[in-house]
Amino acid sequence: MSDIPVPRDIPLPLPASEPVLVTVLIVFFLMHIAFVNFMVGGTFMTLWYQLRGLKEKRYDALAHEIAGTITANKSIAVVLGVGPLLAINTLYTVYFYTANALTGTFWISIIPLVIVAFVLTYIHKYLWKQMETWKVFHIGLIATVSLIFSFIPLIFLTNVNLMLFPEKWGTVQGFFSALALPNVMPRYAHFILACPAMAGLLIVWLFRRRDDADIASIGFTREELVRKGYQWAFWPTAAQFIIGPLALITLPPIQNLQSTVLGVFALSILVSLWMSRLMFVEMRRPAETIGKSFASICILMLVIVVLMGAGRHIYREAAVGPHRELVRSKTKEYMEKVGAANKALTPDGAAGAPQ
Amino acid sequence: MDFPIFHLDILGNRWLIATIAIIHVLVNHGLAVGMMPLVAAMEWYGQKKGDSRWDALAYRILFVSFLVTTTVGALTGVGIWLSVSLVNPYSIGSLIRVFFWAWFTEWLVFITEVCLILAYTLSWKKWSARGPEYKTKHIKLGFALGFFSWVTMAIIVAILGFMMDPGNWLADRSFWTGVMNPLYLPQLAFRTPLAASLAGTVAMFLILFFTKKDGFRLEALRSVGLWTLFFAPFILITGWWYYSSVPEAMKDNLGVSLGTLQFADWQDKFLRIALFTVVTILGVVQVAIWRPHRLPKIALIVPFASILWMTGHFERVREFIRKPYIIGQYMYANGLRAEDYALLQRDGVLAYATYSNPLSEDEQSGLPEGLTPAEQAALLVEIQQGKDVFMDTCSRCHTSHGVNGMSVHLQRMFGDQQWTPELTAGYIENMHYAQPFMPPFPGNKEELWLLGVYLEHLQHNKATIPGSQSAGVIVNRPPQ
Repeated sequence: MSDIPVPRDIPLPLPASEPVLVTVLIVFFLMHIAFVNFMVGGTFMTLWYQLRGLKEKRYDALAHEIAGTITANKSIAVVLGVGPLLAINTLYTVYFYTANALTGTFWISIIPLVIVAFVLTYIHKYLWKQMETWKVFHIGLIATVSLIFSFIPLIFLTNVNLMLFPEKWGTVQGFFSALALPNVMPRYAHFILACPAMAGLLIVWLFRRRDDADIASIGFTREELVRKGYQWAFWPTAAQFIIGPLALITLPPIQNLQSTVLGVFALSILVSLWMSRLMFVEMRRPAETIGKSFASICILMLVIVVLMGAGRHIYREAAVGPHRELVRSKTKEYMEKVGAANKALTPDGAAGAPQ
Repeated sequence: MDFPIFHLDILGNRWLIATIAIIHVLVNHGLAVGMMPLVAAMEWYGQKKGDSRWDALAYRILFVSFLVTTTVGALTGVGIWLSVSLVNPYSIGSLIRVFFWAWFTEWLVFITEVCLILAYTLSWKKWSARGPEYKTKHIKLGFALGFFSWVTMAIIVAILGFMMDPGNWLADRSFWTGVMNPLYLPQLAFRTPLAASLAGTVAMFLILFFTKKDGFRLEALRSVGLWTLFFAPFILITGWWYYSSVPEAMKDNLGVSLGTLQFADWQDKFLRIALFTVVTILGVVQVAIWRPHRLPKIALIVPFASILWMTGHFERVREFIRKPYIIGQYMYANGLRAEDYALLQRDGVLAYATYSNPLSEDEQSGLPEGLTPAEQAALLVEIQQGKDVFMDTCSRCHTSHGVNGMSVHLQRMFGDQQWTPELTAGYIENMHYAQPFMPPFPGNKEELWLLGVYLEHLQHNKATIPGSQSAGVIVNRPPQ
């Protein structure tokens, strides 16, 4: 245990009860992640369809439609991220700040990277027509955004992974060594695959509700567009059946918990199977009935997302739980010493003026 | 002590926060808090006059504000948080515990603000085309957006004011006494007209790009000039209120006359800059109103630059006022609580430090010649401990050789003579009397000596200190 650091916590009470903070953290974080998925997935789709648009013009029109969703989703994603950040700051103060400091350069580089990516998405979207003759440059913009958007989650995942393992804090030297810890890359792959899957469902929702004139202007039928959305949702979800268990297997084992976490994730796999089956059926439905199961698919996706969030939280709590007890008792012990030292200085026990 | 130490040894840690914060303040004040009501007013004026050119101009200015606030503005807001949590996790961690619900409320208002700016910008053309009834609704949407932008600022200013002077919070630790600290209202009152005037100068600058050289440009310049002119005197009045409130608020922080004198110098400078800014605004705005055709683009940069200067100085004064604390009378700028000093000055900070900051290979060079390997090893142990004292107690504000570097200060004070521990430790022990904006040294006598050994080493070693973000940390073994 001697190489496992046990720091002291901030000696002020939590601003709310733990369940309230946990609810804020999980509910808003899942909402934030959903919009990040829409944003990143939408960027991948735009890039892909713009590339296809070089040969077939209507794909360019489709890319333009999808590009329109990125900027709105990014604003919501950013704003929804603040609440969970507040909650994680209070619930996991020692863990979160430690991981931030150990990967500090990359952690703070999230800010300029996101600003650049956001500015590029605006340029890409609002100068679409002006850049018709600069197509390669225009596609280069969205390719750059795709790369930046792919990298930022890696920084974030490296951080939240490192915070769970105090035993690694003394061995990590910078971002890349934290990146090499087990479970980061499988989790990252799991996240990246979720982006087109979630954005695929967004596309189905978007084109199901568009009016006929809008659909006609794109150059595809409504049925084709909805089918494309399902394809984006289905294939990455199918790949998750390999990546998901890999992410689970590479989770560092924790005493007495494996069965609970396994249970939650096993349940999510079952629900995913059910959802994938429905997606597969939808993809093969004729124009008249395609989209019939959309609401069911969305509900199942919501269940999966909630199970993932719950599973991660149970694991996180178990990972830091025993260490957190050590932190608590060390903080208490320290505060008693502070009290005694002040008492020795002044008879009433109040903090004396430092000399 | 309890967190690995993120450190930027060339530009300094405060540079990171200051850069992000100043960009954020300018975007927030100039393009959101001040600009949204101005844009809504321009839209209303266009509708009242039945002049579509006002509508087109307002939309273009809004569009620029929309692009900048939803990218640079939003992200630098989060960036302040991330940078402070890297540089001084103790202060932000404590502030979040006290102000969680204020921040949470601000977040809800921020969500509302983002939804409103999306709705206001994206519905402009559609709602305008639907007739006057929808147009009126759209204008109301604009004013609602302006109101919510101001509310986010009003909440954050409470937290900023608290950092300067927690007031009665120190006694009763209640949320509301923290919010209603003595500098809250003067600061909020000062920032409000500042934001409106800043927005006016930015809008006048944009008008020169978005209008042709015709009668409308002159009319637009004149009207926005009047807006700017209206708020300029309030900057002076509220600036005076803030200026007069500060000595009362800071007197508990800096009790001695030298500190008061130094502060008076800063404060006078602030007043002179504020006066200069207001006069500049008044001068340029006069031209915009009476001779708008003679107004070159470059002239509008002058009030903008002076507002920038004043805002920057205002932020520096704000920082100066709270020194030597980061949270008035509760936590020193080094991240250590005033309450901890009795223990730390008795037992030493290293006794309670969770981590050590390993010396890099470059940092180990420059040892005195003629030492035996055993003596070198013993000296390196002392230098390592001295470095840890430096990192735990000085590095939040100071670098080794960079901005606000220790070697720069020591060179200025002691020149080329040997910076022996006797010399430097003797000075550091009492420096808070001579330099009241410096916190007292928090460690014990032995650590004061170790710090002196490290500072002597800095005279012969010019290597930069790597932060934990690149060099990692060594976990200190608890005493057996």
